[in-house]
Amino acid sequence: MTTTPQVQESNKEVKAALRQEYKYGFVTEVEAETAPRGLSEDTVRFISEKKREPEWMLQWRLRAYRHFMTLLARDQHPRWAHLRYPEIDFQNIICYSAPKQKRKLNSLDEVDPELLKTYEKLGISLAEQKRLAGVAVDAIFDSVSIATTFKEELAKRGVIFCAMSEAIQDHPELVRKYLGSVVPYSDNFYAALNAAVFSDGSFCYIPKGVRCPYELTTYFRINTQDVGQFERTLIVAEEGAYVSYLEGCSAPMFDTNQLHAAVVELITLDNAQIKYSTIQNWYPGDAQGMGGVYNFVTKRGKCQGRNSRISWTQVETGSAITWKYPSVLLQGDGSIGEFYSVALTKGYQQADTGTKMTHIGKNTRSTVIAKTISAEQGEGTYRGLVKVMPSAENAWNFTQCDSLLIGDRCGAHTTPYVEVRNNTAHLEHEAFTSRVSEEQLFYCNQRGIGLEEAHALIINGFCREVFKQLPLEFAVEATRLLEMNLEGTVG
Amino acid sequence: MTQTLATQEHVYLEAFRAFQRNGAVHDPAWVQALRQSAMDRFMELRFPTARRGNEEWKYTDVRPLAATPFPLPSSANAKPAPQEVRLATFGERTWHRLVLVDGQPAPDLSSLNGLPERVRVMGLAEAVTSAGDLVQSHLGCHAAHQSEAFAALNTAFLHHGAFVHVPDGVFLEQPIHLIFITTRGQQAAFHPRVLIVTGRDSSATVVESYLGLDNSRYFTNVVAEVALGRGSALKHYRIQRQSEASYHIATTQVNLTANSSFTNGAFDFGGGLVRNNLNVLVAEEGSNCALHGLYMPTGDQHVDNQVIIDHQVGHSDVKEVYKGILNGRARSVFHGSIIVQPHAAKVNATQEDKNLLLSPEAEADTKPAFWIYCDDVKCGHGAACGQIDPDALFYLRSRGLSEAAAKGLLVRGFAAGILDAIQVESLRKHVNSIVSARLEEWLGQEA
Repeated sequence: MTTTPQVQESNKEVKAALRQEYKYGFVTEVEAETAPRGLSEDTVRFISEKKREPEWMLQWRLRAYRHFMTLLARDQHPRWAHLRYPEIDFQNIICYSAPKQKRKLNSLDEVDPELLKTYEKLGISLAEQKRLAGVAVDAIFDSVSIATTFKEELAKRGVIFCAMSEAIQDHPELVRKYLGSVVPYSDNFYAALNAAVFSDGSFCYIPKGVRCPYELTTYFRINTQDVGQFERTLIVAEEGAYVSYLEGCSAPMFDTNQLHAAVVELITLDNAQIKYSTIQNWYPGDAQGMGGVYNFVTKRGKCQGRNSRISWTQVETGSAITWKYPSVLLQGDGSIGEFYSVALTKGYQQADTGTKMTHIGKNTRSTVIAKTISAEQGEGTYRGLVKVMPSAENAWNFTQCDSLLIGDRCGAHTTPYVEVRNNTAHLEHEAFTSRVSEEQLFYCNQRGIGLEEAHALIINGFCREVFKQLPLEFAVEATRLLEMNLEGTVG
Repeated sequence: MTQTLATQEHVYLEAFRAFQRNGAVHDPAWVQALRQSAMDRFMELRFPTARRGNEEWKYTDVRPLAATPFPLPSSANAKPAPQEVRLATFGERTWHRLVLVDGQPAPDLSSLNGLPERVRVMGLAEAVTSAGDLVQSHLGCHAAHQSEAFAALNTAFLHHGAFVHVPDGVFLEQPIHLIFITTRGQQAAFHPRVLIVTGRDSSATVVESYLGLDNSRYFTNVVAEVALGRGSALKHYRIQRQSEASYHIATTQVNLTANSSFTNGAFDFGGGLVRNNLNVLVAEEGSNCALHGLYMPTGDQHVDNQVIIDHQVGHSDVKEVYKGILNGRARSVFHGSIIVQPHAAKVNATQEDKNLLLSPEAEADTKPAFWIYCDDVKCGHGAACGQIDPDALFYLRSRGLSEAAAKGLLVRGFAAGILDAIQVESLRKHVNSIVSARLEEWLGQEA
C-alpha cells in the first residue's frame, strides 16, 4: 500500500497523540485486609472464616481446593487456548483482600470518600446513578461489596440482589441448591480455583413471574496489587421471571499481571429469561506488553426450564489475556441460547474467546454472533462449539464469526467446532476474515471523512449487530470504548 | 469402561528389522538412512492414541488400529480376476496405468507403453535406482515424517509405490491411473508411497485408486508427495473403495511453487476408519488450488478429512469444498485449517464443509479453522449440517415422484457441485456411477 507523505505524517501524529495511557489506571489508597500470599488450605479457611461462612460452605471450598491441588500436581493447566503467557505461580498471589470496615454502613454517606472518588473517576457516581438512572448498583470494590442500592425497592417485588457473602448468610437454602449446579468445582482448572477461594460476587434471585424492574448492575474493580480476584456470580430466574444484568469493569494500572478467575452461573426455569451483558475494560498492559490482567473466566448458563432463554452479550476490550467462553446448556425443550460478542485486541493483548452451545432439549435454538477485531500486535481467537446431542430433535443454530484485521502484525484466528448427533438438526455457520475494505474507506474519504473517522465508522458497522443487543446506555459506552481503543491503531 | 489396549509399535520395529535384512539391503544408502531415521522417529512419536489434549486426533480414535499387530504382507501373490481388474481400471483403455496388487507391482496388469517420451511412470522401488537424483531431491523432503507418526511409519517401510515425473513443458493428454488393489483375505499393513513431480509449465492428470476386493481387516498407510514445478498444472484425484473393515490412513503433501495450479478431488466410499491428511504448502506466489471432497460413509464407517493449507507467501487463491452424505451409524470428521503466515498478503481463500445426515444415528463433526497473521487477506468459511429438506421432499412427492426417487434426486443435487468439479469427463461418469450405486443401495432401486 502506498501512502502519501502527508498521510504518513498525519498518521504519525495521530499515533503519537493517541498512544494514550490507560485512562482508568490509578490506585485508591484504602487500608485493605489481605490474606497472606500463596494458596493453601489455610488460605481457604482464612477466607471462609473472614466471611463467617457456615460449615457446608467451608467443606465445599475445601473439596474444590483439594481438586485444584490434584489438577495442579498433575500439571493440568489448560494449554489448548491460542495464548502465550508464563506459567502462573499460585503460591505468589494474594487470594483475598477486603477494604477494612469498622462497622456496617447504612448509606452512601458513610462510604469511604476515597472509594466514592474512584467511582466518580470511572464515571459511575453511585449517587448520580441512584438518583437518575434507576439502576440498582452492587459495586464490588476488590472483594467485598460495600454499597448496595435500591435494595428496598427490589425487595418489595421479592427480588434478591445482594453480595454472594450476604446470600450465603441470609439465603443459604437457595445458594446451596444452585451454587455449583451449572459450573461444578470440578468443571475446569480455574473453576476449581475459583470455588476454593472465591471472595465475593453477586447473587440474584428473581421469583416466579417477576419481571425485574431495573437493569441490575455490578461494577468490578481489581485494586490491591497482585490480588487474584475471584468473583462468583449466581443468577436464578424462576418460572416466567426476567432480568437484565450488566457487568462492567475497569482496573487500575499495575506492572505485574493480575489474575482474575471468575465464575458466573445462570439458571432459568420454565419461560424465564436472563440477559447478561458485559463490558470488560481491564488494564491491558502497557505498550511493551508488560503487565495487564489475566482474565480466565468460566461463564455458563443453564436453560433448565421449557422455553427459557439465556443471552450473553460481551464487549471485550481490556485485559492482557482473555480466556472466556460464555456458554449455554439448552436443556429445556424449546429453550434459546444467544451469544453476541465483540472482542478487540491491540498492543500485545491476546484473547481466546467464544461460546459453547449444547443442545439437549427438543426444538432448542441458538444464535452466535462473534466479531473479532485485531490491531497492532493483538491476537484474537474465536473458539466455539455447537453440539447437538441425540435427544435434541429439531435443534437450530446459526453462527457467524467474523474477524477484522488492522495492521500487518496482528493475528485473527477462528476455530469453530460443530458436533451434530441428530439428523433433524439444522446448522449454519459462516465466517469471514479480512481487513477494512479499501473500497469502503475510499468511499468515505471521497466524502470528506478522514481515515481515522472512516475506520471508526466501518468498525462500528461491523459490530453493530452485537451493540444493538446491549442496553441503551451500555451501547453508547461500548461504542465510545471501542472508538477510544482503536484510536491510533490506524495507519 | 476402562479399556487399556497395548499399542503395537514394537511389532513394527521387529518387522522393520526383518525388512532391513531381507528385501531392502540393495537399496542406496540414502534410502536406508531415510528409513532408519523415520523408524527411530516413529518409535519416539508412537501412535497418536492420546484421548486428551490430542487436538489433531480429537474425533478419531486410532487405539484399535494401534493395538492390532498388523504384519507386513506375505509375498504370496494373489491375482485379481479380470472383472475385478476392470472394476479397478474403470475399463479405461487409453489411460496410462500402473497397478500394485497387495503392495507389489503388477507389471502384467499395468499399461505404460503409450507414455510420451521423457514422461516417467514407474514403480518407486525401480525409480530409486533408475531416477536416483530426482527421486532423492524430493522423496522424504515434503511429507512431515519428523512430526507425523503415520508418515514416519510409511517412510520407515518405504519401498514399493509409484513414481510419476512429468518433465518441463509436457502436456499429458491422458490421465495417469495409479491403482492399488488389495485382494481377498489380506490382514497385513501396507505402506505404499507415491511421488509425483511435475516440471516447469507442464500439465497432467493423476488418479489414485484404492480398491479392496472383500471386507477383510487390513491397514493401508499411504503417503503421497506431490511437488509442482513452476507454472505447472496438476489435476489429482483419489478414489478410495477399500474394505469397510479396514484402516485407511493417507497423507498427501503438496508443495506449490510459483504460478502452479493444483486441483484435487477426494472421494471416500470405503474404509472402516479413514483418515486423510491433505497438506498443501504454498511456497511461492501466484499459485492456486481447488480442493474438493465427497465422502459417503455408511454402517459403522468413520471418515476423517484433515485439510491444512499453509500460506508461507501470499498472492494465492484457494477454494475448498467438502461434502458428506452420511448413512447408518456413520461418522464424519472434517478439519480444515487455512494458515496465512505473516506478510503472506493477498490470499483469497474459501472453505466449506456441508453434511447431509440421512439417518438419525449418523454423526458429523466439523471444524473449519483459520489462523491468520496477515491483514491483507480475504478468507471465508462456511459449514452446514442438516437432513433432506422436508419441504423439497414434499414438493417432489406432490409431483408424483416416489420417496426414494425424490430423495435420490435431492441427494444427487447436493453432491452435484463436487462431482461437476471433476475435470475429466470419463472419470466424472465413473465416480457418478459409484455414487448412484451407493444411493440405490441406501434408498432403494428408484433412487
